[in-house]
Amino acid sequence: MDYGLKPLGREKLWLWLMLVPTIIGLAFGTIGSLLATLGLSFFDWDLINPPTWAGTENYAALFENKNYIEAFMNTLKFSALYVPGVVIISLLLAVLLNRKIRGVGIFRTIYFLPTVTSAVATALVWNMIYGKETGILNFMLETLGFAPICWLCTNNAMMSVVIVNIWGAIGEGMIIFLAGLTAIPRDYYEASSLDGANDFQQFFRITLPLVTPSIFFQTLMSAINAFQAYDYIYMLTRRGQGDSSVPVAVYSIYRNAFHFFRMGDASAQAIQLALLVAVFMAIMFWWERNYVVYE
Amino acid sequence: MSRSFYKTILDITAYAFLMIGALTMIIPFIWMISVSLRLPAEQFSRSIIPSPITFQNYFDLFEDLPNNAFLYLTYNSFKLSILAVVGQVLTCAMAAFVFAIVKFKGRDFLFALLVATLMIPPQVSLIPNFIIFKYLGLIGTQWPLILPAFWGGAFGTFLLRQYFLTIPRDLVDAARMDGASLFDIFWRVYMPLAKPAVAALSIFVFKDAWNDLLHPLVYLPTDMQKTTLTVGLAFFQQQLQAGGKFTVLMAGAFLSIVPLLIIFFIAQKQFIEGIALSGVKR
Repeated sequence: MDYGLKPLGREKLWLWLMLVPTIIGLAFGTIGSLLATLGLSFFDWDLINPPTWAGTENYAALFENKNYIEAFMNTLKFSALYVPGVVIISLLLAVLLNRKIRGVGIFRTIYFLPTVTSAVATALVWNMIYGKETGILNFMLETLGFAPICWLCTNNAMMSVVIVNIWGAIGEGMIIFLAGLTAIPRDYYEASSLDGANDFQQFFRITLPLVTPSIFFQTLMSAINAFQAYDYIYMLTRRGQGDSSVPVAVYSIYRNAFHFFRMGDASAQAIQLALLVAVFMAIMFWWERNYVVYE
Repeated sequence: MSRSFYKTILDITAYAFLMIGALTMIIPFIWMISVSLRLPAEQFSRSIIPSPITFQNYFDLFEDLPNNAFLYLTYNSFKLSILAVVGQVLTCAMAAFVFAIVKFKGRDFLFALLVATLMIPPQVSLIPNFIIFKYLGLIGTQWPLILPAFWGGAFGTFLLRQYFLTIPRDLVDAARMDGASLFDIFWRVYMPLAKPAVAALSIFVFKDAWNDLLHPLVYLPTDMQKTTLTVGLAFFQQQLQAGGKFTVLMAGAFLSIVPLLIIFFIAQKQFIEGIALSGVKR
């Protein structure tokens, strides 16, 4: 590209001075630390004794480490439930809110509230709502004649945690889809109405194809959030010893690095998480090239 | 006739879904406030309106938690979030200006590199950063939370650059004619014009810093005078629940979200436009 202002004389110095923070960030915060984590994953290091070379041992150990396999599988399971949940619910919400009905502003505000407030604070009240004997959710179930559910017991904790995470994320998804929906030209709908198309035909023939860029973006962002989900899981499933009833990959990285000081293992796990993100993105961009419609 | 009837049915169905959804979204907040206004003996009551209504839990929060813990936690959260906003706005704006306006060798490569880092999960940086801060002797201080805010970031730089690109180029030429330097153009021309984008970025950064749990958990000691509200609440959760004081816990949870609720109600437009912008422009 060929735009821009030419720096004059000493301004070249200014130019680089203005970039110094960003370059430090790249060196220490992102690219540098990705390389450092990759390097660390080939060593054993407890931060006390000098690091020793471990080769690919840390990676081989991952496949025998039951706790880690459980955590990694939990991350996949969580993502498989969470991503479609967020995408479908927030798309439906956006379509409903796009119907030019009264009170759209109020609905939008209410749906957006959990996106603004901290997961820690809202998890505290969800913890009460999910209470087995004392929670209002079981009270409602019993009033309707169903048996109470132990929401945060090991069997159900995954489902309960996914529900809260979806609850916390649909506000943002709704905004992304509303932006995508309002970008669709009105005359498409008017023209198809004249041709006798009903609402459902319009949804599947016009709305859905034209909103694929937003679906693509929201799926990508939800998946990245899912791979990194931590706050609600920490708050809702933490047990006495600091472990969790639904340990996920990030939980495992955190525990290994900062509780057990196994930097090599934790780094190998972090690299595997980064690989998961990279592979997923590659699949998504392949999908984008073949199925996403840009006008 | 039948067509408008059919439309009405669809509208009613849409309303019904939206109402049920809205209730699901807001009930946890209502419940939080409701429990925080109850006597401890009533904490598990099923009625939404507490009887009697008491504000005692809010006083207990300040009086019962040892050593003014709640005041310190609030102060720390404000301090760290404001510093994060200052750091991110300054450093991202400088980089965004350079990437948007100035012509120099390596610009496009550097910018592409920066945007690519959006894909690196933050957990990957956590381990090496912890080690660096450990060797600098900064673990247990607030510096590991402050310094990274001052080293720019892909999201903020991208957001501000998009905005800078919409500012008419004639202004730069005019300022040049008047002999303004590069930094003058940035500080006197571009920053004042970029207020909406700066506001949107500030809100996002404040929200993320205020709500952050992982980083304070890793870097700060569980010392209520040094850590943040999120870590403090997670810590008091165990203590207060064991002591049967859900009411005080909910008062703390509610107070901790009040600043963001205020910002949200004042700046809802920037908030929502910022999110929409990040989705559409990418």
